[in-house]
Amino acid sequence: MPLTTNTTLSRRGFLRALGLGGLTALAPAAAQARPKGSEAELATLLDLSKCVGCGACVAACREGNAPKFPEPVKPFPTMVPARSKPEDWSDKREVDDRLTPYNWLFIQSAEVEWKGEKVTVHIPRRCLHCVNPPCANLCPWGAAGKQENGIVRINDQVCLGGAKCRDVCPWHIPQRQTGVGLYLKLLPRFGGNGVMYKCDRCFDLVARGQEPRCVTACPFGVQSIGPRPEMLERARALARDTGGFLYGAEENGGTNTFYVSPVPFDLLDAALDKGPGRPHLASVADSMADETNLAWATLLAPVAGLAAGTLGLIARGGKEDGHDK
Amino acid sequence: MTSRPAPWLSRLYLAAVAGLALTGMAQMPIFKRYYIADIPGLGWLADYYLTNKLHYGLAALLLAVLGYALARWLKDWRRRWRLTALGRARVLLLAGLAVSGGLRVLKNRPDWSFDPLTVLLVDWIHLGLAALLGLAALAAVLARCSAFVRPRD
Repeated sequence: MPLTTNTTLSRRGFLRALGLGGLTALAPAAAQARPKGSEAELATLLDLSKCVGCGACVAACREGNAPKFPEPVKPFPTMVPARSKPEDWSDKREVDDRLTPYNWLFIQSAEVEWKGEKVTVHIPRRCLHCVNPPCANLCPWGAAGKQENGIVRINDQVCLGGAKCRDVCPWHIPQRQTGVGLYLKLLPRFGGNGVMYKCDRCFDLVARGQEPRCVTACPFGVQSIGPRPEMLERARALARDTGGFLYGAEENGGTNTFYVSPVPFDLLDAALDKGPGRPHLASVADSMADETNLAWATLLAPVAGLAAGTLGLIARGGKEDGHDK
Repeated sequence: MTSRPAPWLSRLYLAAVAGLALTGMAQMPIFKRYYIADIPGLGWLADYYLTNKLHYGLAALLLAVLGYALARWLKDWRRRWRLTALGRARVLLLAGLAVSGGLRVLKNRPDWSFDPLTVLLVDWIHLGLAALLGLAALAAVLARCSAFVRPRD
């Protein structure tokens, strides 16, 4: 069941969904599971040698996704404790040189020296839609999820704006707007702080078989989109044929965004203006690698316990079975 | 005869569940917001990745305890002990937590994926069951019957 921005979660709908969830818990897990990074997932390839930084993709994103942008209620609830500050971009909607709740894509530019020449590289930056996204995995409220087609989305009807997704994202992509969302109906002063926003890869268009706006709006054909294995092969071939460099294939265990640049990414990263809303381009280890390994421990632990109990391996003399010495 | 079939197992269970409650709450962005992570020695509570890994480790410990208790129950304990009403309720809640937690563990692996609605519901169910287990444990302590079992007559 796809999540839609305009869908409100009614009490009846919630209860019905909870019933479905109960069934899900009872059903074999494999019934609804699918492998991540499969052919069903779409990935984008960005050939940075073609990008001139014209901003057509940014304008198309802002215009097309405007109906999804937050309309906060003011004044904001007074937060308790005061350490929690409101984050308000509603009066700065025009900002387009960083990520904000009203700007899900921006152009980063880096001027570097490479092979004795000064080279300027423009990089469209947005959510990379990780194959195994920590934002969706670690959201304690289930507000972030990954669709079958690889799109990682934040459900704005459910998100409480705790910003954990931004903290655990290696690029700190999601951005918060205070004064909007479910938290206003719960304990607005004591929990939550709005809704997190980021690129949803124009899920509504993609669901209808169309391409995301940033892809179609580009006059230079910087971006292309297709099944992940195919796009990864094309990205590697492009990097090989042009002597370029690839970013996004291995970062954070793999993403569904592949950048191919004529300049090494460590040089670009060093030259970038980085900070809040302006992500880096450094290499990123798999954030979920330890959890992947620890999963085996949780699988084997009950088996070990069963075996120990069956074989009586941990009997402790007179204290065992309730008998005192 | 003591009030529990294996007091050492009860202590392990309590340690695991207390740790799981703490690291589970640490998955919500509350310890930093409410200055708890500012207390010297508690800064680690605001580290989502660290507390998540600890949650995995403690879940493994709890599952081992539950596996051992299940084996011993089927093997011999059930002949001398019977579950109390609150014991039965907590066993059911623990089973639900193990299943929903297991689904979350699978979801976090790179080779498994669930649709966003399933993820949402599994997360809410896990959170709800943990809260209910806390309430059941509190009720058991207040009713002075914290043991899951009592001797058969």
